[in-house]
Amino acid sequence: MKHKLLDIKNLFIQLPAGADRQYAVQEVNLELARGETLCVVGESGSGKSLTARAVMGLLPAPHVQVTQGEIGFNGEDITKVNYDRLRQIRGSEISMIFQEPMTALNPVMSIGAQIDEVFRYHVNMSGAERAKQAIKLLDDVHLPNPEQIMRAYPHELSGGQRQRAMIAMALALKPKILIADEPTTALDVTTQAQILKLISEMQLASDTGVLFITHDFGVVADIAHRVAVMQQGLVVESGTVEQVLNNPVHPYTQALIGAVPSLNPRKARPRSKTPVLSVQGVSKTFGGGSGLFGFGVAAREVKAVKNVTLDLCRGETLGIVGESGSGKSTLARCIIRLMDTDCGKISIDGVQVNELSRAAMRPWRTKIQMVFQDPFASLNPRIKVGNIIAQGPVTQGIDKAEADARARELISIVGLDERSFNRYPHEFSGGQRQRIGIARSLALKPEILIADEPVSALDVSIQAQILDLLEEIRDRMHLSMIFITHDLRVAAQVCDRLAVMRYGEVVETGATADIFAKPEHSYTRDLLAAVPGKDWKVSS
Amino acid sequence: MNEFWSRYARNRSAVMGLGILVLVIFMAAIASLIFPDDPFRLAGIPLSVPGANGFFLGSDTLGRDVASGIAHGAKTSLLIGLVATFAAVFIGIIFGAFSGYYGGLVDDILMRITEIFQTIPSFVFAILLVAIMKPSIESIVIAITVVSWPGVARLVRGEFLSLKNREFVQACHTIGMSDMRIIVREILPNCLSPIIVVGSLMVATAILIESGLAFLGLGDPNIMSWGFQIGAGRTMLRSAWWVCTFPGIAILVTVLAINLVGEGLNDALNPRLREGN
Amino acid sequence: MSKSGKVFWHILRRLSQGVPIILAIVVLNFFLLNLAEGDAVDVLAGEAGSATPEYMAELRAKFGLDKPLPVQLLVYLKNVASLDLGYSFRHDMAVSELIIDRFWPTLLLMVTTIIIAIGFGIFLGLMAAVGLNTWKDSVISVFALITYATPLFWVGLMMIVVFSIHLGWFPTSGMETVAAFYEGWDRVVDIAHHLVLPTITLSLFYLALYTRMMRASMLEQYGQDYVVTARAKGLTERRITFVHVLRNALLPVVTMAGVQVGAMIGGSVIVESVFAWPGLGMLAFESLFARDLNLLLGIFLLSSVLVVVVNLTVDVIYSFLDPRIEVS
Repeated sequence: MKHKLLDIKNLFIQLPAGADRQYAVQEVNLELARGETLCVVGESGSGKSLTARAVMGLLPAPHVQVTQGEIGFNGEDITKVNYDRLRQIRGSEISMIFQEPMTALNPVMSIGAQIDEVFRYHVNMSGAERAKQAIKLLDDVHLPNPEQIMRAYPHELSGGQRQRAMIAMALALKPKILIADEPTTALDVTTQAQILKLISEMQLASDTGVLFITHDFGVVADIAHRVAVMQQGLVVESGTVEQVLNNPVHPYTQALIGAVPSLNPRKARPRSKTPVLSVQGVSKTFGGGSGLFGFGVAAREVKAVKNVTLDLCRGETLGIVGESGSGKSTLARCIIRLMDTDCGKISIDGVQVNELSRAAMRPWRTKIQMVFQDPFASLNPRIKVGNIIAQGPVTQGIDKAEADARARELISIVGLDERSFNRYPHEFSGGQRQRIGIARSLALKPEILIADEPVSALDVSIQAQILDLLEEIRDRMHLSMIFITHDLRVAAQVCDRLAVMRYGEVVETGATADIFAKPEHSYTRDLLAAVPGKDWKVSS
Repeated sequence: MNEFWSRYARNRSAVMGLGILVLVIFMAAIASLIFPDDPFRLAGIPLSVPGANGFFLGSDTLGRDVASGIAHGAKTSLLIGLVATFAAVFIGIIFGAFSGYYGGLVDDILMRITEIFQTIPSFVFAILLVAIMKPSIESIVIAITVVSWPGVARLVRGEFLSLKNREFVQACHTIGMSDMRIIVREILPNCLSPIIVVGSLMVATAILIESGLAFLGLGDPNIMSWGFQIGAGRTMLRSAWWVCTFPGIAILVTVLAINLVGEGLNDALNPRLREGN
Repeated sequence: MSKSGKVFWHILRRLSQGVPIILAIVVLNFFLLNLAEGDAVDVLAGEAGSATPEYMAELRAKFGLDKPLPVQLLVYLKNVASLDLGYSFRHDMAVSELIIDRFWPTLLLMVTTIIIAIGFGIFLGLMAAVGLNTWKDSVISVFALITYATPLFWVGLMMIVVFSIHLGWFPTSGMETVAAFYEGWDRVVDIAHHLVLPTITLSLFYLALYTRMMRASMLEQYGQDYVVTARAKGLTERRITFVHVLRNALLPVVTMAGVQVGAMIGGSVIVESVFAWPGLGMLAFESLFARDLNLLLGIFLLSSVLVVVVNLTVDVIYSFLDPRIEVS
């Protein structure tokens, strides 16, 4: 074992009275050596983020505080040092980067000024010297035009650029430890891959110890030397990355790893040749017009969907994959007529529906339904679950008693307790809410189901259950499905065919296995190369 | 409901505010029982000091009972405050809901109108309206409504703007639900909390505007109000301080109580924030 | 485009939005004139009947009251555009002249009030937020809560009772001691002496408002992620409060200050009538009693224009404070 930089012993962090448990973190023991990356993995609410904050003395006192244990840093106990010493450590010896670089940066201060502060408060340097250093840092994190970035404000940069700027700021004084709290969760996969590479590069340059908080085992596989798995405030397992990922001992770790979808595409099912849905040359543009009494300043035009042509055959699952801004969600909303298309043709069972009037569209609504991404935003908090599900049939003119009976049946099909009928959405967990959303989408007995990132807001173990449920109902109800996702692992397990989208265009379509085996478009290759942990668990 | 009350009760000053408000309402309700006579009637010796000549809070230059005026004025203040607020909230909801839900041209037109009403100095506008329509309880209510609704419209529009893109509303579209039903049954119930909070604070503002109008001599000449009492007593400020002082305290206490209740409702209905660091 | 160029276009755009609003207010004014009893000339001449019949006839011809409403509106618009707001027989002066005359005392009162209310409001709100849940916070919050609920006119009267009648520190009314014929510096001191009570009265309510807003805004900003980042960088709490949080917290307060100017004009009607301060508010109060509606409409128009101008100014200030503003 190399020299211990960080030595957390028997740490307890207390939560305020009235929280769902007494301690956010209990009996936590962690160690970090120079040049090492320790990944702390866990689902939401596991206490991993609070552990990271405790190391910096950044717990939201007085409600949440360390009540026991010590955090040893180079022989000092961080829980005991005085405020001035703590301030000295922060930013110069231990620094931190966060999940959402947009909110983590001060919106009204230029990037240059925010980096400058780190120097001003820790070292004695002239203004010119500080500026020179800051520009060098921005150059080190591979930001183009460092001089210009110095003057830029956070909102003028892209998400990836902001995170690079954050990293520059955190590494300004070559700290001994870098704490990274889900630093790539808010980013697209290709950007994520670049940021992970940058962190490793910077770590190598100054032998930094990295404490990396994440929920993604793919990321762990890519960057970790050692891993600690947390559940409900306890470290249930820790060890080297090989031990934990390939031979997990604790059942929770085993379950978590088991729930990570494999990148090996499942076998395509026999495919029918009759298209149930066809999309031809569809485009959608946002913005453009100016306000009624405005000064004629045109809003920026965004071509969200450009000339997309797709077919969905009866009984198959077509995956639409792409990063944020690729237009995949807009396309889905055009198909289900939540938005009007600019041009092109969308047909269900051979009948063009995208130019039907609202009234004429109504009967067609029963054919195609949608499952939404956010289980918290997709259910009206003021309406009982039974009524949410029965709403569709009632609106379509079905008798209330019959609609209720159908709702009860669906509640049991999606695996919820029958008493759920009379409860309100807030009484359910995220996974349960997603089941309710699925039940709602089935109430009209649709032929086509559009699932828009149905599992991306869920923890990995819940994610697996929802995917299983979708699989089950698809077979049971003979659904044809469009499955929108940014996660290629999920796509590999769910979809028969894939369409890859970028900047509103479909760059490649084909059978899932073919696309994974020999991607033709360079962007598809980039996407596949960026999947975290692609070399791990190829065959499981 | 229990949960709501326990959250409300956590804010002790809000409970106190509610207590005071209940007392004021009670006073308004029994005003005609304890002071059966017209508060404009000359009840005794003019300019009696509080406590003297049977006047608990003194009498004014014409021998009118200050205490009776305060009790009867409570009715006026609460009535005008409530009616004007309800009317303003109603108009504001209509403007805000359509504007936020439909967006585009509808939003542009409705919001330009709202903007004009928001730009106009509200109290001066209220004075002008009452002066033109002749002071009466109706004209006062209309004037206060006209100057108060834009705030509600802005609020409701904002709520609608954010809620109409929520997935649960999109889900309603996918089953073919009508716009009216989505507006009234799906979105509106979800923005009631902020409307209730703003509405309760608006009652306080309405009472302040009403008292200001009455103070300037724009009150309904047949109805006793706190502002009128103060306006009538100001000429005798030097010799009879009590005529102005007590009705003013009545306004202060009532408005304070309503503000406290509003804050309490805010804490109870929007349980976020309120945490220090 | 450079920042200053962007700001220039932004101002131009906002100006172009202000013009229709003013136009709409003029039209509204016209309809209010028509809403009043009698024809517009009765209103214009003042209901006290102090105008000569010849003038009435002349006015009717001038406004074309026999013509249809749209024509009348056009005539009215033309008159307003040439700053002709009619004549006040009460004061024997053109309305526009009268209004301009009385504008300066109101401006003096408003400017001092705004400076005091915003300055102290920000300061007190900051103190309360920094000392959250300490005695300082409690005292400031209770003070703001009570002041926020107190009617202006009552505060003014109580000020007069205490500081003028009982203590004799300040004069009860007016803007200067007319009989003294002060000149130069003496006159400035005299006016300042008269200004104290009206300013305090008018500013108290807004002081309370800004204090509450500033406190809430500071607390909200303290909860933002960038504060955690700033702590993680090892900055001092002083730096975090005064550089990071303060600047972000000021933004909504600046916006509010613009919005509140309209309300403050309303407040000045009350305060001026309590202290007989010879400004627009006092003029409005007098015209109410004389039923000189035309004068009242003129004051209303000017104050609306004032609000539009102030809002524009605040907007420009805001666009310098907040780099995120889309000055497209």
